[in-house]
Amino acid sequence: MIESVVSVTLPVTESLKIKRKRYIGCEQGKRVAIVTGSHGDELEGQYLCFRLAQELESFKEQGKLKGSVDIYPALNPLGVDSITRNIPYFDVDMNRTFPGRENGSLPEFVAKGVLDSLTGADLVIDIHSSNIFLREIPQVRMDEENADKLIHLARELNVDFLWVYPAITVLNSTLAHSLNSLNTKTLVVEMGVGMRITQQYGEQLLEGILNVLTKIGVLECEKQFDIRKPLISYGEEVHFINSPCSGIFIPKIQHWIGIKKGDLLGHIVDVLDGKIVHSVHSPCDGVVFTLREYPVVYEGSLLARIYENSECRRGSM
Amino acid sequence: MKKELIFELSSAHREKQEVFGYTFGTGSKALAIVGSMRGTELQQLYIASQLVKFLTQMEREGKLVEGVQITIIPVVNSYSMNIGKRYFTLDNTDINRMFPGYLEGETTQRIAGKLFDFVKGYQVGISLTSFYMTGEFTPHVRTLQTGYEDRELGKKFGLSYYYIRETHPQETATLNYNWQIWGTKAFSLYAGGTDTIDNVSAQIAIDSVIQFMVNMGWIEGELSESGESSLIFDDDLQVVMSERAGIFYKTREISTYVKSGEILGEIIDPICGESLTKILAPSDGEIFYTHSEALIFENKIAFILVKRS
Repeated sequence: MIESVVSVTLPVTESLKIKRKRYIGCEQGKRVAIVTGSHGDELEGQYLCFRLAQELESFKEQGKLKGSVDIYPALNPLGVDSITRNIPYFDVDMNRTFPGRENGSLPEFVAKGVLDSLTGADLVIDIHSSNIFLREIPQVRMDEENADKLIHLARELNVDFLWVYPAITVLNSTLAHSLNSLNTKTLVVEMGVGMRITQQYGEQLLEGILNVLTKIGVLECEKQFDIRKPLISYGEEVHFINSPCSGIFIPKIQHWIGIKKGDLLGHIVDVLDGKIVHSVHSPCDGVVFTLREYPVVYEGSLLARIYENSECRRGSM
Repeated sequence: MKKELIFELSSAHREKQEVFGYTFGTGSKALAIVGSMRGTELQQLYIASQLVKFLTQMEREGKLVEGVQITIIPVVNSYSMNIGKRYFTLDNTDINRMFPGYLEGETTQRIAGKLFDFVKGYQVGISLTSFYMTGEFTPHVRTLQTGYEDRELGKKFGLSYYYIRETHPQETATLNYNWQIWGTKAFSLYAGGTDTIDNVSAQIAIDSVIQFMVNMGWIEGELSESGESSLIFDDDLQVVMSERAGIFYKTREISTYVKSGEILGEIIDPICGESLTKILAPSDGEIFYTHSEALIFENKIAFILVKRS
């Protein structure tokens, strides 16, 4: 069943509809929602939604869907369809608009409708794909306030990394914060890079979601999932590597590899002059879980995030 | 006048962006004025430039009061201004959501951090800013409710209104909020439009800042007869939403008084040309804000009134 949870008439012969597909096996069972596309330039969730829909059809046909799953593939459909991160026209970040308002502007009104439709679910998984600048290893992020109630679910999602970070006031306006505040457990997944689909990550997360759905009784599934054991950071071991100057970044490492202190991460180059302006080295032993994808950088642009861990060996994880 | 380089930012292929502060007088740090932080804030740039011109003249004529220092940063984001983009050139982040800044962080965090270091410690800070939505405001001064806001000082601008509004979570990273946390009396001046220069509103804003400086005893001059601004809060405002989407046609402008039930505008079917709905004033009041674009969405703020009984 496909339905609209919010509908707004646009000025010229069109309606904006936030749609979800509902897979209902048993009304009395638990309800899980998969949401994505709040940032119009993040497309990794598109593949995941497609693949999950295929799997859920199959489970449903076999009578093995014991609860319900709602898939929201595009919380910002105008943005997804126009390569626009924020809500077009308003230039507002949808994931800084929650909890929204019934009598608010279009972004706030949509946010309120989306939030209302998700509140009360047993679990919500909000899938992001960083932005066009950075590539992320599949990971779950949560603020420390909610870690106790979420981390056991996050461990089952087949991601490589869990990042628990201190609460930040400005993030109070995210969908995940609003839902968690309303006691609707919400996990935020970050994976891949903006404007692209990394099928391998999509398949990895799909296994994790099917595993979680099975673990909480929404699916009846005999398959034994081979779930990865994620590295877990409580924030203080994460190093942010920001560019010391402007130029073009040429990475010299692969994503998600173990490195040692002093290893070369990449160069910032001046292409007009043909010179290396700065070479960037790792400040610690660890693993690169975020790596810059977009080459143009300004002073301060994020190049990488490294999870410090002396047990990581140099090379592939 | 002393011209100081606050920071410079290089780029892969463009000339350096240099951001300067223009400081008048020496002594106690009285007033810092920050102009446009967004690339589309041209009205704000114009106002700041006129204030630089005014203070240069005052200094030349010896009318700056001894022991007082006033600084103006007309533009913070000229990189974006020169390509017609509102937010930062590369990552589209808003400098005015990055305060107090972080010198080791991302580009706009560093910009905010360097700017904040320069304007921190002033007794009063004025940010020339714009609303996140396009539209026109009655020129007014506002500040965020932080627990440190000054309920009297904002009246000294002599504008129609001094608006103290509730702080939303995302506004804790604005210049106004952080100025207050660090002990500066902060005000945000909203002066009509944004990306076009509205001379009438700009002159009202310029006069209000001059009036404020005279009122504070920082420059010589005569107090105008405009009196003090009226203090308003969120509860004093009446938001009028558009019930339909279509072509927006307004029949009333900002700063006009309207009676309950009076027609403020209408929304027109973009294909048939018929009126879809008339927008009526829900109460007596003065029009504080109007939507200004040709198209309007459903549930968009069309007008804001300051309620009057």
